[in-house]
Amino acid sequence: MNYPAELKYTKDHEWIKLVGGNTAIIGITEFAQRELGDIVYVDVPTVGKTLAAEEVFGTVEAVKTVSDLFLPVAGTINEVNEALNGSPELVNTDPYGEGWMVKLTLSNPADLDGLLTAEAYEKLVG
Amino acid sequence: MIKNTPFTGKHVALGARMAAFAGYNMPISYSGINDEHAAVRNNAGVFDVSHMGEFMLKGANALELIQRVTTNDASKLTSGKAQYSSLTNEQGGIVDDLIVYCIEENNVYMLVVNASNIEKDWNWISERNTKGAEMHNISDKTCLLAIQGPNACKILQPLTSQDIMNLKYYTFVKGDFAGVSNVIISATGYTGSGGVEIYFEDKDDAASKIWDAIFETGKAAGIKPIGLGARDTLRLEMGYCLYGNDIDDATSPLEAGLGWITKLNKAEDFTAKAILEQQKAAGIERKLVGFEMLEKGIPRHDYLIKDAAGQTIGKVTSGTQAPSLNKAIGLGYVAVGHAAADTEIYIDIRNTPVKAKVVKFPFA
Repeated sequence: MNYPAELKYTKDHEWIKLVGGNTAIIGITEFAQRELGDIVYVDVPTVGKTLAAEEVFGTVEAVKTVSDLFLPVAGTINEVNEALNGSPELVNTDPYGEGWMVKLTLSNPADLDGLLTAEAYEKLVG
Repeated sequence: MIKNTPFTGKHVALGARMAAFAGYNMPISYSGINDEHAAVRNNAGVFDVSHMGEFMLKGANALELIQRVTTNDASKLTSGKAQYSSLTNEQGGIVDDLIVYCIEENNVYMLVVNASNIEKDWNWISERNTKGAEMHNISDKTCLLAIQGPNACKILQPLTSQDIMNLKYYTFVKGDFAGVSNVIISATGYTGSGGVEIYFEDKDDAASKIWDAIFETGKAAGIKPIGLGARDTLRLEMGYCLYGNDIDDATSPLEAGLGWITKLNKAEDFTAKAILEQQKAAGIERKLVGFEMLEKGIPRHDYLIKDAAGQTIGKVTSGTQAPSLNKAIGLGYVAVGHAAADTEIYIDIRNTPVKAKVVKFPFA
C-alpha cells in the first residue's frame, strides 16, 4: 500500500500534510479506507471549532460500519472538503488527494514532530 | 474454534476480506460491497452460505413435530415446496426464522436455520420431539450456495438437466448439477433479485467441482462472488428480517410483521399460539417498520428512535446506506402510534436527532 513520505501519520490511521504556514489538511490513510470499505458519508460537525489533539472531529460512515475521526494535533477546523458531500467515494479512490477531509489551522506547528513518519506508520499497519 | 466452510480456500484465493461470523470464517466482501450489491441486482452473484444449518426430520411424526414448533402451516406443503416460517418460544418470542422444505410429503422434511442458532434450534426441537420423529443434524456436511440475480438461472441452466428457468418461487427440484448428483436446487433467496439456492453434500470434492463449474460457466456473463456485506444490504433493501438484529427471543412474529407466516387458524396447537392470539386480539404495542432518512446520516443497530418532541419511541434494529437506492434506510421497532407510512420520526445519531420517515416495504 501507498504511504507518501511527505505526510505525517497517526496510530488512528489519519494523515496530515502541511500546506503552508500553519495550515494543514487531514485525511485517512489508504489502509484505513481499505479496512472501512465503500465510504458513503463523511460527517464533520466541528467546522469553526478549536479542538485538542486526539479529539473526535467527525465520523466516517462506510456501508457496513461507522468510525470516529481523531484530530492528529490541536487546531481549529476551518473547512471541510465539500466535494465529499456528493462524492464520498473519493476517500476510497484518492485518500491522499481529492479525498482529503478537513483543513486545519494548527495551534502549534511543532506538534507535527510528535507524529509518525510514513516508515513508522507502515511498520504499524504491517 | 473457528470453522471453515468447504469454500474458505476459494474465498482466500480470491482475495476476499474474511471475518468470523457465527463461528465461521466467512467472506465479508471481495470487490467492495457496492460493486457486489450491483452485480446481484443487475446480473448474478454467488454467495457461500454453507454456515447455515440443516436438519432432516423424517418419519410418520415429522410433520406433527414441525406443526407444533413452527408458526406457519407445514401441512400445506407438498413434495417440492418450501415455506418460510418461524420457531416461537413459550413467551411468543422468536427462537429462529427458518425455511421448511418438504422433500417427501408426510415423511421427509428439511429445516434450514440460521448459523448462529444451530445448537439452540436443535436442542429446542429435540426437546419437543416427544413422538419419536427421526432427526439428523446434517449442517456440517451440507454445502449451500446462493446464486442470485436476474441472470442467475439463465447462467446456471447449462449445468443441470433440471428445468431451473421455470422453477416457481419457493419450490425446488433435486437432481444433477455440474456432474454432482442429489443437489437440491431451490428457487429461494435473501436478496429479492431472484435466482436459486443449491444444497449438496460435501463429499468427493463436490464443493470444488460445483464452485469451479459455476464460475467457468458464468465467466463470460460476468458472474461474481459476493460476501456477507452485500448480502446484508440486499436483504435490507427488501425489508427482510435478520435474526439477531430485527427479530430475536424477545420479539413476537406479529410485532416483526411476520403475521403472514403465523397461522393462528391452523388445526394444530403450536408454541405460544395462545399468547399470539391474545396479542392479535388486544393489538400489538410496537411494530417493526422501515424508514428512510430525510436528512443526512446513516441509522445503525441500537440507535434510538424519537418523536418530534424528543421522546424515545423505539430503537433501530438494522440500517445502512442502500446501494441501489442511493439513500440511507433502516428497520426499527416503534410504538404503534408512530408506525403508519409517512410518519415523521427522528433517529438519534451521535446525540443529534436526524429526520426520517416511515415507509412501506420494500424500500424504493
